[in-house]
Amino acid sequence: MGILEIRNITLKLDGSKILDDLSIDFWEGHVHAVVGPNGAGKTTLANTIMGLEGYRNISGDIILEGESIRNLSVDERARRGITLGWQEPARFEGLPLRDYISASSRNPKPGDIEDLLTRVGLSPSDYLDRAVDRTLSGGERKKIELASILAMKPEIAILDEPDSGIDVESLEKIFDAVRILKKQGTTVLLITHSQTVLKQAEHAFLLCCGRLQKKGVVSEIEQYFGDKCIPCDHKNNPDLNEE
Amino acid sequence: MNDITADAKKVLSGAGLQDNVLKDPGTAHIVLDRNKILGMNSVPGLEIDANELDEGMEASITVKENTVIEKTVHLCFGVIPEKGIQRIIMDLRIEPNASISVLSHCVFPNAVDVRHIMKGNIDIAEGGNYSYLEKHVHSGKGGVRVYPQAEISVGKGARFSSVFELLKGRVGLIDIDYQAVCAAEAVLEMTARISGRGNDVIKINERGHLRGEKSRGVLKSNIAVRDSASADIENTMIAEAAYARGHVDCKEIVRDQGKARAVPIVEVRHPRAHITHEAAIGSVDSKQLETLLARGMPEDDAVELIIQGMLR
Ligand SMILES: Nc1ncnc2c1ncn2[C@@H]1O[C@H](COP(=O)(O)OP(=O)(O)OP(=O)(O)O)[C@@H](O)[C@H]1O
Ligand SMILES: [Mg+2]
Repeated sequence: MGILEIRNITLKLDGSKILDDLSIDFWEGHVHAVVGPNGAGKTTLANTIMGLEGYRNISGDIILEGESIRNLSVDERARRGITLGWQEPARFEGLPLRDYISASSRNPKPGDIEDLLTRVGLSPSDYLDRAVDRTLSGGERKKIELASILAMKPEIAILDEPDSGIDVESLEKIFDAVRILKKQGTTVLLITHSQTVLKQAEHAFLLCCGRLQKKGVVSEIEQYFGDKCIPCDHKNNPDLNEE
Repeated sequence: MNDITADAKKVLSGAGLQDNVLKDPGTAHIVLDRNKILGMNSVPGLEIDANELDEGMEASITVKENTVIEKTVHLCFGVIPEKGIQRIIMDLRIEPNASISVLSHCVFPNAVDVRHIMKGNIDIAEGGNYSYLEKHVHSGKGGVRVYPQAEISVGKGARFSSVFELLKGRVGLIDIDYQAVCAAEAVLEMTARISGRGNDVIKINERGHLRGEKSRGVLKSNIAVRDSASADIENTMIAEAAYARGHVDCKEIVRDQGKARAVPIVEVRHPRAHITHEAAIGSVDSKQLETLLARGMPEDDAVELIIQGMLR
């Protein structure tokens, strides 16, 4: 049994089926990748698991450690241990980085925030007193997001494109962070279309048109990148969204 | 310099100021308790002429040409009793290439019925620089009415930046009326950060006129209204010359039964000028909120953290 089970989830947004009878099991303490082309429904799946506004009207169920979390709010899900790193993280005017990261810390200790920043490749002396606002670059903002997730020590971390906007050097830091999460027992979902990120995972799921096309070990799913083609009827097939 | 009296100490401690700040002969200041000037100090290059009035004070302050006042000048205005009127008439002149930074502490810690009226006339000559922060500390009773009014002239290549901050205690009523005119290459920045609760009433009416070429202006208000507080913001920016650039920015977060209204007026009278405006009114941004919720924060705490950030 997985720690998190997606059971036959269908989600319609503005009348179109974005997730289509999707079932996936995520295994406790493992690193999973969810891959697929632009528009496949990867972010939608992440948002649905987190229970964000606009992604709650689903059929099917989401089971966390044997219990349905379908009716739980975002913060209730988070307190059960699920968290999400956004593909494009929010910016907060005036909110000091220190307060932002402490907001997610469980049992914070002095020096924790400095450690976390260093882990994601940001120098504490340069960043600690800055605000999590628009003056940060996209990549910096992603790293801070990851630091706040590390601070939370979640049971399940969903990282939506953790490599987007991240330079080659920093990428290793991001992967280190994934290893730290795994080491502390966190189940990780890496949402990506990068082969490099995929390689960090143990299991992978290939999504297209909101449906699970394939699952297996990373080497099997990697073929998708080789073939540059997915065995499915794609979006532009007019029949796809019809009942 | 006068000795620091007990009443002055109350004004200072209400403002969160140590009295040793004002014992420093290199720091210019005026301490006014209702209509009593309790302390005053000047520094070279700064002329202060202040006189008590029946209900307040009249002051004229000049920063002499090419003088840079290194240390922040403190103006402490307090009404310590529950009731009283304090009227301040202030003429401030920054001569060419002079520079000053002023911090006004407005302290009404016990107010049940206090009126504070400030009329300012500010003239910043060419190349001058005036940076002004006004911090209010009010009682929790909502009995303060504050009327800040200012006419500001920002000369060629000069800079005026002001921050009005009312975050401690209840607002009561605040009715800001500022008007600024900018010459060529002048820079104007006016910011208000106000948090209202109870039946507080917040009114802001600021007008920036970008008259000279390449002048720049930003009017910014970040307001939170809770309980049944209300906020009414009318900020106007008018650009009348080539390459003038302006921006009006209004953020108002509304909680409970609060009400907020914002009317950014932007007017362009030259084809090479450009003004933008942005207004976000209502509950907190949903992505910001969901981010904090996704870390396990309860909603009320998350909203509070976002509001505190916006008001910082
Ligand atoms: N609110 C919405 N209303 C209608 N369609 C939507 C809505 N949100 C997303 N979609 C559509 O759902 C599909 C899946 O979007 P999603 O963001 O989940 O894709 P993705 O796999 O994360 O893509 P990418 O790799 O580009 O991030 C897209 O075709 C998108 O246009
Ligand atoms: Mg996506």
